[in-house]
Amino acid sequence: MNEEDDFDLNELDDKELVEQIQDDLYDGLDEEVTEGTEILLSRGWDANDVLGEALVGGMKIVGIDFRDGILFVPEVLKCAGAMKGGMGILRPILAESAEDTSLGKFVIGTVKGDIHDIGKNLVGMMLEGSGFEVIDLGINNPVENYLQAIDEHGPVILGMSALLTTTMPYMGVVVEEMEKRGLRKDVHIMCGGAPLNQEFADAIGVPAYGRDAARSSEMAEDHVLSLRNKRVHR
Amino acid sequence: MYTDNKNNVDLKKRLVLGCGALVYDLVDLIKQNPGLSELVDLQCLPASWHNKPQLIAPGVDKYLSKNADNYSDVYIAYADCGTGGELDRVINKYNAKRIGGSHCYEFFAGTKLFNELSEQELGTFYLTDYLVKNFQKIIIQGLGLDKHPELFEVYFSNYKKLVYLAQTDNERWQKEASRYAQDFGFEYEYRLVGTGNLDTVFNGIELATI
Repeated sequence: MNEEDDFDLNELDDKELVEQIQDDLYDGLDEEVTEGTEILLSRGWDANDVLGEALVGGMKIVGIDFRDGILFVPEVLKCAGAMKGGMGILRPILAESAEDTSLGKFVIGTVKGDIHDIGKNLVGMMLEGSGFEVIDLGINNPVENYLQAIDEHGPVILGMSALLTTTMPYMGVVVEEMEKRGLRKDVHIMCGGAPLNQEFADAIGVPAYGRDAARSSEMAEDHVLSLRNKRVHR
Repeated sequence: MYTDNKNNVDLKKRLVLGCGALVYDLVDLIKQNPGLSELVDLQCLPASWHNKPQLIAPGVDKYLSKNADNYSDVYIAYADCGTGGELDRVINKYNAKRIGGSHCYEFFAGTKLFNELSEQELGTFYLTDYLVKNFQKIIIQGLGLDKHPELFEVYFSNYKKLVYLAQTDNERWQKEASRYAQDFGFEYEYRLVGTGNLDTVFNGIELATI
């Protein structure tokens, strides 16, 4: 940014500041996003609102432009880095908040034989932003890791990721094992990764395929809210 | 991106439509069998799609929709290349064929060796002649590392080793590949594998001169 373009974020009203944070997030400006986040908090904004409106709102725009081929991976990673800056401020506040706004636990991991985690990490961050408690199993996970995490954490959703055509079929192994153990009625399954599509998800019996990080997060949120609505109407 | 070759079409010819990263190897193979140049039209799509595999299937589809009818048959010089079956869907539409395997590293090295290398170290980053020659353009600039070197950890934190699957025995490229491994902090291994199964794109062509 040129010096003459530089301006004080404090001079913006709330609506303008939220838009500016979203713009800065889009441009991958982590210091500016962090500063904007701090200003909104200092104005008495609830941390959940800052997260939802400014950061997650901004990342949703990024997700759409990534899907439409306007942004590519390097730019998205810069945006994610900027969001991390804001999340760093908000996370401790959200953690000690008396109000339980958690959407539940989401176990996520890259499948066995695959070390790629960029997409998974983006999804994890979006999920955290949406209010999930994310348990990240990392990369190269055999079925045992997923089962152990389900047993230990009791997640509402299990998410699997793969980047390679050779590793994505392993998701079917995990699904089969969960089926055998009767875990599917309690744990919703989602999958994602560059070479995947809905057809593949259908073939291995995964009900939800997330085509990108923003959409995955929306789908996970929709699932939990629909579960809650069903319980209310019983 | 595309070469309009409509004026040069010959219905007896095969169209070989390949990844730009294979162009030198394909040209060399054709040179080794001079009769092939009479029977094959070689066209390539951008090598930069190596980093954007979502563009491959639509790109192949776009090219074939305009040109496939001008040839006796079509062979695609790609593996699946991260398209998750999308490329195969396009290929089936045109009754074309492609090289077997999940990516070029596999058809260059052969499935057996490639699997062995992957088992030895899952976190292996592979280079070919083309990728060594174009390392700055495809890897450094293609991944945005020239502008954002801080993304290095995001991309490569799970990698431990670089294997150069060489098509030709070139001392200068070996030195460069070794230096890239050193710069990235990876263990280095050199394997001269040649062009492997790349020549399957010429399968079924009967050369009168051979």
